[in-house]
Amino acid sequence: MSVEATQQPASRAASSPPARSSRRRRPLNRQLLFGGAVVVLTVLVAGLSLVWTPRPPNEQDLARSLLPPFWMDGARPGFPLGTDLNGRDLLSRIMAGAQASLFVGVASVLVGGAIGLTLGLVAGYFGGWVEALVMRLVDIQLSLPGVLLAIAILAATGKGLLNVVLVLGFVSWVQYARIVRGSTLAVRSREYVEGARALGASHARILRRHILPNILPPILVVATINVSSNILAEAALSYLGVGVPLSTVTWGGMLNEGKQVFELAWWNAVWPGLSILLVVFGINLLGDGLSE
Amino acid sequence: MARYLIERLWQSVLVIFAVSILSFVLIFLSGDPVAALVPLNARQEDIDNIRRAYNLDQPVVVQYLLFLSRALTGDLGESFRFKSDALSLVLGRLPNTILLACSSMLLSMAISVPLGILAASRKGRLPDALSSTVALLGISMPSFWLGVILILVFAGTLRWLPASGSGTWRHLILPTITVSAFATGLLIRLVRRSVADTMGQMFVTTARSKGLTERAIAWTHVLRNSAIPVVTVMGLQFGALLGGSVVVETVFAWPGVGWLMIQAIEARDLPVIRAAVLILAVFIVAINLVVDLLYTLLDPRIRLGASPG
Repeated sequence: MSVEATQQPASRAASSPPARSSRRRRPLNRQLLFGGAVVVLTVLVAGLSLVWTPRPPNEQDLARSLLPPFWMDGARPGFPLGTDLNGRDLLSRIMAGAQASLFVGVASVLVGGAIGLTLGLVAGYFGGWVEALVMRLVDIQLSLPGVLLAIAILAATGKGLLNVVLVLGFVSWVQYARIVRGSTLAVRSREYVEGARALGASHARILRRHILPNILPPILVVATINVSSNILAEAALSYLGVGVPLSTVTWGGMLNEGKQVFELAWWNAVWPGLSILLVVFGINLLGDGLSE
Repeated sequence: MARYLIERLWQSVLVIFAVSILSFVLIFLSGDPVAALVPLNARQEDIDNIRRAYNLDQPVVVQYLLFLSRALTGDLGESFRFKSDALSLVLGRLPNTILLACSSMLLSMAISVPLGILAASRKGRLPDALSSTVALLGISMPSFWLGVILILVFAGTLRWLPASGSGTWRHLILPTITVSAFATGLLIRLVRRSVADTMGQMFVTTARSKGLTERAIAWTHVLRNSAIPVVTVMGLQFGALLGGSVVVETVFAWPGVGWLMIQAIEARDLPVIRAAVLILAVFIVAINLVVDLLYTLLDPRIRLGASPG
């Protein structure tokens, strides 16, 4: 079960000393390995839940409301993680929740990354007033509190998975824009780019063949961390009730519902939070491994 | 220096204007604002009257200018729910949010600086690995989940601390711990990296010199140099803490601006939402400005105005 695996990354990290220089390759592999393993596991669970879960995630049965997990008294076989207030199986809901988290995490990064990449490239490559304009936009956006902005916009536009993706992408594009602009500036002045211009290459060709490949590595690192922070953000928004409608299963929404019953059935609040923690931890580990 | 200051001030004003436009526009994003003001079975006549009373029949630009002129005199409208001035509602709750942000910042610093330095000086060994893992956990944990768990353990099972609300210093403890988790994780990593980088340079020099005093000098040098990026991030984090405490305030029913905003959203109390967004943004812009100015004081290279991008 994915829940038990939380114990492993912590103890493993403690036993492998990240020493310098020649021995650096070993800890790098461990971070990538564990982070990658967690991510792969999550993707598999989410994929599986698309076609099968132990029980339908939204199937209600008030007769089996608030059943405890399998190791406690009163537990029922078939509901290993217990049930929520409406009798829905928690294990199935956790599995289904992975879909929303992964979708939002990846899609919002694609949206934000696309916007940031485009604007950053344009700013760095063409310079002049274009760059000034873009960087001013970046400054304005950075001065606005991200979560607040997201909450306010979503309150106005209404709930929905797609809305959340768009809003999170819209809030996070600046990270990419800054890095892309910086890297583009650096690459633009290199000799082979000047040479290509001298030979008559078009802007598009230069951007595509020379600049793009060189700016990808830092973007990948930022994107990885951004996936995890967007998953956290989506969970927070769902928890607050402004993100995804309650009919869609999300870990944040489950936490909201779990909080309401946590005096009677603490496990309702623990499983979704643990899932979020595990996935985000894994992605961050992966990001750390990538950045080294 | 003066030129940089003026540029930053003018940018800040621009940002606040942008926020005011944004928060003004927000009302229209959710459809006809009159719908939020009238009961479902209102007559068309009443709807039109209300529309006129709130100037909603004017062109948008005119409405914005009216809004702006009123805002500049401190009138941000009246709360639909409480029938009291929206601005004073928000300002009344602001101190609570600031209190929470400040105490969290202090807690973060108190934990992350020593841990970060410890991790950097014992790099590669157990304290480092432990601190780094704790830090990673801190930034991976959903804050509201931590809050719920803390309530469960400390208020539910152990009954040491109150579960929600405010009033005594005891009420501040759990919310503070919850809000500071993310920043602490972030700062531990940052301090560690910062100190490790500077230390790497310093001890080469120190190895060549003799005497204990040299090491003491090296240490102060390390701390001063690594302080710069750390201070910057701390300042920026403060702004983020203000926004991020929205969720935690809701978990603990902490009477701050964040919780007010959530309640206003649930009640469709648009003037209050608008006022809250505006006030918080102004505050954060002010903090960012102060941080930037502090940064120029600490690092003379920045005064030249070129942004490192």
